[in-house]
Amino acid sequence: MTNNLLTIAYITASALFILSLGGLSDQETARRGNGFGIAGMLIAFGATAFSSQVSNYGVLIGGILPAVLIGAIVASRVAMTAMPELVAILHSFVGLAAVLVGFANFLNPDANLSGVEANIHEIEIFVGIFIGAVTFTGSIIAFGKLRGVIGGKPLLLPGRHVLNLGILVGAIALGWQFTQSQDGLFPLMIMSGIAGLLGINLVMAIGGADMPVVVSMLNSYSGWAAAAAGFMLSNDLLIITGALVGSSGAILSYIMCNAMNRSFISVILGGFGTGSGISPASDRQPVGEVTPTTVEDAAELLTTAKRIIIVPGYGMAVAQAQHSLAEIVKVLRQKKTDVRFGIHPVAGRLPGHMNVLLAEAKVPYDIVLEMEEINDDFPETDVVIVIGANDTVNPAAIEDPSCSIAGMPVLEVWKATTVIVMKRSMASGYAGVENPLFYKENTRMLFGDAKKNVDNLLVQINAQTPTLVAR
Amino acid sequence: MTARVESKIESSVELTNAHDKPLTQPQVTPPNEVTTDESSAGSPNENRAVLKVGVPRETFPGENRVAATPDTAKRLLKLGFEVLIESGAGVRASFDDSLYEQAGCRLVTGAEHLWAEADIILKVRAPITHDDIDEVNLLREGSTLISFIWPAQNADLLQQLAGRQVTVLAMDSVPRISRAQKLDALSSMANIAGYRAVIEAANNFGRFFTGQITAAGKVPPAKVLVIGAGVAGLAAIGTAGGLGAIVRAFDTRLAVKEQVESLGAEFLELDFVEDGSGQGGYAKVMSDEFIQAEMELFAQQAKDVDIIITTALIPGRPAPRLITREMVESMRPGSVIVDMAAEQGGNCEVTQPGEIYTYQGVRIIGLTDLPSRMAAQSSQLYGTNLFHLLDDMGGGKNYRIDYDDEVIRGALILHEGKITWPPPSTVNPSPQPVVTAPDLPVTPSPGSTRGEINLSGLWILVAGLSLVGLGYAAPPSFLSHLTVFVLAVFVGWQVIWNVKPALHTPLMSVTNAISGIIIIGGMLQISQPQTSATTILGAIAIFIGTINIAGGFLVTQRMLKMFQR
Repeated sequence: MTNNLLTIAYITASALFILSLGGLSDQETARRGNGFGIAGMLIAFGATAFSSQVSNYGVLIGGILPAVLIGAIVASRVAMTAMPELVAILHSFVGLAAVLVGFANFLNPDANLSGVEANIHEIEIFVGIFIGAVTFTGSIIAFGKLRGVIGGKPLLLPGRHVLNLGILVGAIALGWQFTQSQDGLFPLMIMSGIAGLLGINLVMAIGGADMPVVVSMLNSYSGWAAAAAGFMLSNDLLIITGALVGSSGAILSYIMCNAMNRSFISVILGGFGTGSGISPASDRQPVGEVTPTTVEDAAELLTTAKRIIIVPGYGMAVAQAQHSLAEIVKVLRQKKTDVRFGIHPVAGRLPGHMNVLLAEAKVPYDIVLEMEEINDDFPETDVVIVIGANDTVNPAAIEDPSCSIAGMPVLEVWKATTVIVMKRSMASGYAGVENPLFYKENTRMLFGDAKKNVDNLLVQINAQTPTLVAR
Repeated sequence: MTARVESKIESSVELTNAHDKPLTQPQVTPPNEVTTDESSAGSPNENRAVLKVGVPRETFPGENRVAATPDTAKRLLKLGFEVLIESGAGVRASFDDSLYEQAGCRLVTGAEHLWAEADIILKVRAPITHDDIDEVNLLREGSTLISFIWPAQNADLLQQLAGRQVTVLAMDSVPRISRAQKLDALSSMANIAGYRAVIEAANNFGRFFTGQITAAGKVPPAKVLVIGAGVAGLAAIGTAGGLGAIVRAFDTRLAVKEQVESLGAEFLELDFVEDGSGQGGYAKVMSDEFIQAEMELFAQQAKDVDIIITTALIPGRPAPRLITREMVESMRPGSVIVDMAAEQGGNCEVTQPGEIYTYQGVRIIGLTDLPSRMAAQSSQLYGTNLFHLLDDMGGGKNYRIDYDDEVIRGALILHEGKITWPPPSTVNPSPQPVVTAPDLPVTPSPGSTRGEINLSGLWILVAGLSLVGLGYAAPPSFLSHLTVFVLAVFVGWQVIWNVKPALHTPLMSVTNAISGIIIIGGMLQISQPQTSATTILGAIAIFIGTINIAGGFLVTQRMLKMFQR
């Protein structure tokens, strides 16, 4: 295959990748978009495989076949609640691959380069390995945290900002040494090591509910790592793809930060109330009384309501309550009740995580709405069910300018006639802010395990609507 | 609905008393982790005899209500009280003596016996002194009376009661704070009255409320004006709306606008800014200019609407005159006015308290016993209010009068013969600040915004300088790659913003798969000698990159398949 044909194939693949991401703008076109992505990947792979630069097909096939098999098995087995972990570990693979490609490229220098070009090439290798290593270790830690292997609490080393800064300065110094010395392998390896430490330190400091930001940030890094590899290999396809992925992750991080009304820097630098210098407003006790309710009463409320909005949070995913919840929605919709879901951008541990879980439970996607789409409808709503969400429905964000989540956009559930909050206990949410919602007059607390409560609700609702069969 | 609420409350009552009872008592598992205020209740007094709660027959002429229904009596029994019912007390509210007996109450014949025996008397109306009945003197010394009293209007009665060395809690004096809502009898009675007012109006109105188009012709909907959107007014608005009428409402307190509109009614406003919110959620007296503008509005509305329901009250004063004789005369014949303030003198100039009559073709309803006309319902709600009050006071086991309890202190007007009314004033929250609170602008601190601007300026400067540096130093091959890179970033930026938030997880997994393109980098390295480090590293990169590609695309496909309408 000639180089010109190869270039044409790469242009086609790039266009297909752009179309693939464009396709995700709507559920209708999303599957076609994924198809475009697969086609682009096959073209890129095929063209490279048949190009003059690749001749060792034994190694290629030996590497590809088992990997496809492993990937297919993992992809078909993974539970939808475990998507965040899967995405995190896949990021780490990209990071590791970037590191390996960087080293491989360094060990196989291009003799044609000299002077400034050689220097730039070395910097490209260096930067590519640096980003790759940070992505790799950071993703591993993120995976561990999401999996629960590593505790979700932010680990805040004393002077960790100084440490991070030191690593950065050290990496630059090593980079200088790397470009100057004849045998750069040693500084390169040290740099990989400390870059790995940086990745660990960065992600260890971030708590559970900030994970959506971290995962999308790592997504972005994996893209930049691929782009850096493209620079070092002078391969435009890698550059384009890396840039697409990098900006995608950056946008997602930006959206997540906006949804929490926090700057990207403050999320990256550590947990709530620690990096931002705002003291947690835990001394502000909300006034009022908590009104507990029972499953029977809640079922009664639901069967008599005309308009219902369900607001799920990470607690729903933890309790695996989405299937029973979907069943309830089905029964209520058969009774011509208007049931919809309201999703906060940072609900769950991955951007869009709730949507996937609800889709898995066969909730039609046109009743699953975003915060901006549904927030104005709460005053006309009879019953809101909050299940496993806390900070994302906290009125303090709007009413109390001194609390640490002030200004964060929240779902204004308290404007509905009645709010049923399903919760394990009165503990406060991730941000450590008391939630005045629980003390509002129109709030009913349904304590206990979300799954068990939802199951019982389903039984009760079926019992109260004898004319309808749930199946 | 009611039955379910009760079962909930019963279980919580058992919970509260669980520690007083022998262990053989079935333990109720707490439905929550919020413990009720067990600690604040005093230690159980084993020696104290069971307190007797007495419910006499109401003697006020035309009063049908009773202070306990069989149902609320049962709940009082669960609190640990003994409940005595005067024979025939519930008959006019459709509760037969036998029903009380089945509930576990003891029937007592003759008012004197009941009053003499009971420790706590529960009543609806204030005790009356007639020729043949003298309820004040029936009160045993040292006993407690709980009923409506209206101490401000009935100073004489208060003095008489003080002479009897008794304790009196007035249900009308319960502070109107959110914690006390469950024992706010004024609200529960006003709710019933508002409902009944519409029913009485409908009964006296010669047309449909709802508009209809029938084979025999078109029927226009009735237009209802509700003046005063308190509890009664809101109940009336809801009921009239439910019957299909076009409802308009007026209130001097702008805070209620939202509530009125939430019930589907139109909130009438004056071109005049003055808020009438007074203490404790009541209205205050308005300025003369305001009243004039208001009267003009009513005069204009009177010509248009079919039914006017007035509920305007100002505490401690006669009801404001809102509907003048001329306005009534300007209404269409067949129209109806329900004056819910008739007892306090009436909002309408021609109201005759307690009567329904026709004034120049307009039916004027001045009934003062609207809740009593729905005795079964109002007895049930009032009885529940009383139950909550006694529950808050510690139930039968720990019954005591707690001066520190704002609700009890507010209701307590006489304590062992000492007049304790009016209670020391506490901060009385009016609903207004709560309503205006969301309007408070949450302004970001100006310092931070300025900092961001400075920072972004700095970034632009740094980016510009480094671009200039690159242009000066970098070779053309690098610059062509940079062009591709920058353009791709912008393309990505444009494309990704269109992605629906619902698809962010598939977006992540698909970008993950696409970033597996890094295997190309590995592929370009493996054609070195088989055992060289470059080949091995490249092969590993291909291996893990391919896991990414296969896994990412497949899991995306799996996810996207699940999204269905």
